[in-house]
Amino acid sequence: MADAKGVLVFGEVADGTVAAATQELLGVGCRLASALGEPLSVALLGPGLTAAAKEAIAFGADKVYVVDDPLLQAYQPDPYVAAMEKVCAQASPRILLLSQNDVGRDLAPRLAFRLGTGLSTDCIDLCIDESSKLLLETRPVYGGNALAQFVCEGCSPQIATARAKAFEALARDDSRQGEVISIAAGLDASVVRAATVQKVKEETEGVRLEDAVVVVSGGRGMGGAENFQMLEALAKLFGGAVGATRAACDSGWVPATIQIGLTGKIVSPTVYFAVALSGASQHMAGCSGAKNIIAINKDPEANIFRAAHYGVVGDYKQVLPALVEKCKELLAG
Amino acid sequence: MNMIVCAKQVPDPEAPPATFKIDTAANKVIPPQGVAPVISPFDEQAVEAALRIKDAQGGKVSVITMGKNLLPDVVKKPLSMGADELYLLEDDAFENGDSYSNAYVLSLAAKKIGDYDVIFCGRQAADWDAGQVGMGLAEMLGIPCVTVARKVEAADGKLRVERVVSDGYEVVEVRTPAVITVSNELGEPRYATLKGIMAAGRKKPTVWNAGDLGADPAKSGGAGRKSKLMKLFIPVREGTCLIVEGESAAEAALNLALKLRADKVI
Repeated sequence: MADAKGVLVFGEVADGTVAAATQELLGVGCRLASALGEPLSVALLGPGLTAAAKEAIAFGADKVYVVDDPLLQAYQPDPYVAAMEKVCAQASPRILLLSQNDVGRDLAPRLAFRLGTGLSTDCIDLCIDESSKLLLETRPVYGGNALAQFVCEGCSPQIATARAKAFEALARDDSRQGEVISIAAGLDASVVRAATVQKVKEETEGVRLEDAVVVVSGGRGMGGAENFQMLEALAKLFGGAVGATRAACDSGWVPATIQIGLTGKIVSPTVYFAVALSGASQHMAGCSGAKNIIAINKDPEANIFRAAHYGVVGDYKQVLPALVEKCKELLAG
Repeated sequence: MNMIVCAKQVPDPEAPPATFKIDTAANKVIPPQGVAPVISPFDEQAVEAALRIKDAQGGKVSVITMGKNLLPDVVKKPLSMGADELYLLEDDAFENGDSYSNAYVLSLAAKKIGDYDVIFCGRQAADWDAGQVGMGLAEMLGIPCVTVARKVEAADGKLRVERVVSDGYEVVEVRTPAVITVSNELGEPRYATLKGIMAAGRKKPTVWNAGDLGADPAKSGGAGRKSKLMKLFIPVREGTCLIVEGESAAEAALNLALKLRADKVI
């Protein structure tokens, strides 16, 4: 595709509105498109997306490709890859961006291989190289111990997935104008080789981890399921949520849905209490965007103290009750 | 059931972060001194997923490992857990590949083994964390793929897979042959038994090079990359942690609360 042009974002819609992750993609996509002097477009897949298309324009898109097909009602890999292949053939983008989430993580590699091009997953920085005009894709590797920068030369589109909360959305501007283009998917049900037959929600009650302003996380050092109640008590004071490291989830102390880290959830709260966790790079990948990290750990050499802003060296079983009491008093006063 | 598992040898991801070093001139990770490499943890879970099916209904588990400087004690671990065959893909032409060229070479090995019902891979490898090879392999073989599995059952030429999503899980049905990528939610991989270790020690892996696989040198290893590594570096972390102290842990906690309030953090 020698005439490849512009930036295309794979857009997701949640509850009828453009998903927060997609707003972030449009934000970075807009920056990349202006650096190239080329347009920004977004692909929206599924039925009933007229309102979302308008909203995507308000968040920065110049063009919206809408693919309406009953097979695209909910994400399934086979029809989505087929539909995106069509959109890419028509839009011929230079760059394609997806989110590193349930859908993007599953869709982007399939699409990259189908189109015979390169992909960098989980990028935390994306920019255009001034001389080559290629996309510079920076992503954590080795469990977050290192960063690597990649370029994809001689193939198009250059594909990247973006880590949640690594990029800023533009302010919504409803006066922005854009064009909406319909693409027929022409999908046949036989395209579906792997069919989703059931979806089961396991999310814990209360505030969503990703939205919580205060997150209290526990690690291997918590020592057991019952001790997480102490974290609940602290989180509750601030209307926050409880998270955990992979080690704590794998031990069966807490459900896997509250895992924070490279393969779990990405959070960026104002306050992140890291309790009895060592601060392995894989975990920090999920919380390094927190504004204030407060570490409580009895090992003064723990890696978490290298990442934290405030720390107490001590046994959490003694620290937490006093901390909860004092915070309660301060919040009441 | 004929099953293939792709298992990669990687530097131990549990090694202390301080032992992690990079040769910035060569853009390469320097293997840490005194820390043995391991099978990538998600790949070990992929071996476990295959063995559970073998336990339930019988079958054969063949493991493919591609790499250089492979250590017998490391790459034979799947055999000692209960896998039946081990294929090592060793050739300078396979070196420095990316997801694309690695999936290409693995797809040739899978075709050469042939007659497979399922190929298991880890959801991502602990070195480059890309999470692409399983899906790429499926694309190259023209078969379906289900990712991030926590449970896999086989019946009537179909696989029933529970896959992890952020708010729970999905049940997916897929016909065989298929590629399944496995996540840690599957549960702990089994330990090798003494009997397994003895048997693995006696077993001779099959070694294949580029010629054996008929691999196109232009599509393999570094030459077949779609994505070029420009820079590899350790991010700078500022060490500005304020350690709040006290006569006792409880007093330190109290001082922490006061400090956080004074700094308007809470």
